[in-house]
Amino acid sequence: MSFMLRCPNCGDRHVAEFSFRGEYLQRPQQEDEFASWADYVYMKENVQGKHFEWWYHGSGCQRWFLAERDTTDNTTQTTFWFDDRPRLINRESEPDA
Amino acid sequence: MAKQMWRTYDLKKTYDIVIIGGGAHGLATAYYLAKMGVKNVAVLEARYPGYGGSGRNTAILRSNYRTEEGIKFYDQSLGLYENLSTELNYNLMFSQQGHFTLGHTESSTSGLVTRAENNKALGVNSFMLTPQEIKKKLPEINISSHARYPILGALYHPPGGIIRHDAVVWAYGRGADKGGVEIHNLTEVQDILVKNGKVEGVKTNRGTIYAKKVISVVAGWSSEVCRLAGVKLPFVTHPLQALVTESYKPWLHHVVVSSTLHIYLSQTDRGELVCGDGIDGYPHYGMRSTLGFMEAFSAHVLELFPILHNVKVQRQWAGLCDMTPDYSPIISPIDEIEGFYVNGGWGTYGFKASPASGFNTAKMLAEGKVPDMIKPFSYNRFGENRLVGEKAAASVSS
Ligand SMILES: Cc1cc2nc3c(=O)[nH]c(=O)nc-3n(C[C@H](O)[C@H](O)[C@H](O)COP(=O)(O)OP(=O)(O)OC[C@H]3O[C@@H](n4cnc5c(N)ncnc54)[C@H](O)[C@@H]3O)c2cc1C
Ligand SMILES: [Zn+2]
Repeated sequence: MSFMLRCPNCGDRHVAEFSFRGEYLQRPQQEDEFASWADYVYMKENVQGKHFEWWYHGSGCQRWFLAERDTTDNTTQTTFWFDDRPRLINRESEPDA
Repeated sequence: MAKQMWRTYDLKKTYDIVIIGGGAHGLATAYYLAKMGVKNVAVLEARYPGYGGSGRNTAILRSNYRTEEGIKFYDQSLGLYENLSTELNYNLMFSQQGHFTLGHTESSTSGLVTRAENNKALGVNSFMLTPQEIKKKLPEINISSHARYPILGALYHPPGGIIRHDAVVWAYGRGADKGGVEIHNLTEVQDILVKNGKVEGVKTNRGTIYAKKVISVVAGWSSEVCRLAGVKLPFVTHPLQALVTESYKPWLHHVVVSSTLHIYLSQTDRGELVCGDGIDGYPHYGMRSTLGFMEAFSAHVLELFPILHNVKVQRQWAGLCDMTPDYSPIISPIDEIEGFYVNGGWGTYGFKASPASGFNTAKMLAEGKVPDMIKPFSYNRFGENRLVGEKAAASVSS
């Protein structure tokens, strides 16, 4: 199902301009054991509902950003830069925030 | 023949085995369990059998994969399919009309050559053809060297073909029912009960039932269902779309696939062309069609078959695919939870696997031991970084 995605730099653009670049997951520390790295590389939440994910604006400004999207209808999305994630991810993951 | 394919029952309090999901894999598992003498089994299906990918696929069957593990497994499946109409006493309309995978670039063509060699070593009938040889079998194809992606060669697989997918689902369901398995429609699993590292049963919209063994066989919904048991999976759910045209007189007598152009097509006995494309590029749980798919498919198919320029599309639809990192499935116990099993990760290519998946899954559940054939498809392979890379052979559906 097609939709418009808001690039934090370029504004609303058709989703075909972007590439999906995976679920946003917490990256392990360099010294963490193999198991947590394997988990980070392979395992996914793959939520039916809202989750955070990476996008790349390949046919536009070529920047990477994060989005919160509902995987059932592609709506209710916010998009933001990686640096803004502590503020936004914490706030957005609270129920009904 | 009975009026109904399978009977309706009240839910019992306990079963030996609960199968979550009434697709081809769940029903095939149930059928082979009954055949092995395990009959106190319930298949719980949230909607109706065949609601998922099993009723939405383009029904292409073949076994010319890339890895030894994959080739052996899919070849067992094709072998079971060859006798399935007789075994289930149901006309599955399996047509082994031959399957082409086209190569348009040097790298994709060398991947096809590797597959041809691996297939030959394992006794699977699959070999390379030149553009002129392709043209003999597919007179309408455009092999001009001036195309955007000229055809350099093809991997041809004579035993590959198409089948009537709904009939496979129904026939396995009917066979399981005859063997004593209960198939429950409109029965959604809402929770999985786990206590002290052991599975106890499931909670459904029709009540709680108990079982020592529970298996999730829900393809695109696997991550959500397994989360109920606290199990994380390496799956990402993407929609895959397909379309069917109006009927035309028979002209296409083989299945044609091109991964560079992201398309595949075949012609049914009714004359319709059944066509598909690659997955939608982002995870999604809805099953809506897009204009983008129709546009991309049309543009690409016209490069191969210019004669299709006036063809009319009749219907478009989508289904969910549980994509894995290595394009191979998981058929496995989950060590952390005694009695809990997963069958999934069938991506865009799992329909062809239904018989071998059902047979080996049933054996695993009945004997409590993982059959050698499916050992490579363990859940633990990801933690051990031992993947079974089938991307080259499975990435454009079919
Ligand atoms: C458009 C398209 C084309 C394809 N083409 C091909 C092809 O040409 N060749 C090929 O080999 N494969 C193909 N595939 C892939 C193939 O269709 C699937 O891999 C296969 O059908 C998966 O079967 P399954 O039984 O595992 O799952 P499904 O058929 O998806 O069944 C899963 C079932 O689980 C049920 N369920 C979900 N959640 C719950 C719950 N909580 N409780 C109870 N039940 C639940 C669903 O309602 C569903 O009926 C295609 C797929 C699509 C979408
Ligand atoms: Zn941009």
